[in-house]
Amino acid sequence: MATKSLKARNNDIANTQRQLEILSNGIFANGELPTFATKIKETNQFPLRPKKLEILQINLGYMCNQVCDHCHVDAGPDRKEIMTIETMNQCLEVIKKTGAHTLDLTGGAPEMNPNFRWFVEEASKAGIKDFIVRSNLTIIKANKKYHDLPDFFKKHGVHVVSSLPHYTKGKTDKQRGDGVFDKSIEALKSLNEVGYGMPNSDLKLDLVYNPSGAFLPGNQQALEQDFKKALKADFDINFHNLFAITNLPISRFLDYLIASENYEDYMTALVDAFNPSAVANVMCTNTISVSWDGFLYDCDFNQMLNLKVASKVQHISAYNEELLQNRNIVINQHCFGCTAGAGSSCQGVVA
Amino acid sequence: MSKNYYDAADLRKFGKIIEWNEELGTKFFDYYGKVFEDGALSAREKSLIALAVAHTEQCPYCIDAYTKDSLQKGITKEEMMEAVHVGAAIKSGATLVHGVQMMNIVNKLDS
Repeated sequence: MATKSLKARNNDIANTQRQLEILSNGIFANGELPTFATKIKETNQFPLRPKKLEILQINLGYMCNQVCDHCHVDAGPDRKEIMTIETMNQCLEVIKKTGAHTLDLTGGAPEMNPNFRWFVEEASKAGIKDFIVRSNLTIIKANKKYHDLPDFFKKHGVHVVSSLPHYTKGKTDKQRGDGVFDKSIEALKSLNEVGYGMPNSDLKLDLVYNPSGAFLPGNQQALEQDFKKALKADFDINFHNLFAITNLPISRFLDYLIASENYEDYMTALVDAFNPSAVANVMCTNTISVSWDGFLYDCDFNQMLNLKVASKVQHISAYNEELLQNRNIVINQHCFGCTAGAGSSCQGVVA
Repeated sequence: MSKNYYDAADLRKFGKIIEWNEELGTKFFDYYGKVFEDGALSAREKSLIALAVAHTEQCPYCIDAYTKDSLQKGITKEEMMEAVHVGAAIKSGATLVHGVQMMNIVNKLDS
């Protein structure tokens, strides 16, 4: 288990150009596997185009109290990139005028941005239908100043979406670090105590599952049932939905795939599981992702590869929904991760 | 031609057996797919049974397939190993229970 980000370790995978080279060369360049563009051309879905904007996803920074093995953000305590109040104000302007029904705050640990609470308070006034905060759970227990987060979330009607790799300590700690499981359980109990995740409660608490290694997620519904049964029996914990997300071959997961000699097999598994009907509903078709420094991306994964939107408008300060609607979505081989099997997005399966 | 009898890459070609007998191959895969759906037993339970049988049958392809399948279903390594022990217990029990036949014959023949 690493304790520092790839960037802090000067790992060459931290370089987005290096990641794109890996994704473009080798098995894709020699014709062993078809490229993503080839696959979607076969099903007449090229170029991939956006539908109506539904989700505005804002990354408040890469700083995090955890250093998880598979983090596609390469987040960690050593990452200092966080959104400034100036960029937050530009985001607020867009939130007020956009047609998106969902606001999705992510990180790193978004709560670690010193202006996080102010931003939530201001954004919640915009009357967004679904206001998501992606919490890693342990942040709630990391420090006294975060202990009241469940009450704060409740006050603003925030929809909490939390990562929990597995309902067993062993699998969770292996992916996220020693002690993460116990702290996550404590945090889930705190959220349940104020009403989050309880049956019939409007305080939505959803969990995110991603596989602990080089394999695809199984059936989301079956996994949800297993999680619910185990968390209820072992810890009396309740939650609403489980989102199963496929690990995309970028950043730390790409580093793991290469180091463990699983890269080619994993990419082959993704390509073999390509589901044409998932393409129409992948998250980039209804989402705009905003980075900590205000740049615009088709999705969170493109953001981490520094693949900005293919549009004249590339920054939140010049946001123009009409212009953005006229773009082609930027794709690469990592997109196979969102179209494998039942498909994958920040909201779980899509097909 | 590979010098090994087993090649992990052959597992991906399993579906090609249909090409040389479409009717029987299709019937097999329809049946196979149906067997592993949720039923009186969950798909999860069936994966663990398959994993145990894969070991008693000593089928490398099946071990590969159902280890991955178990991981995808969120099954833990402890659960997987217990399933393998169930298979091993049946396999060794099946050997040992034949000892009764040996004892019967000895008792009949040896005065």
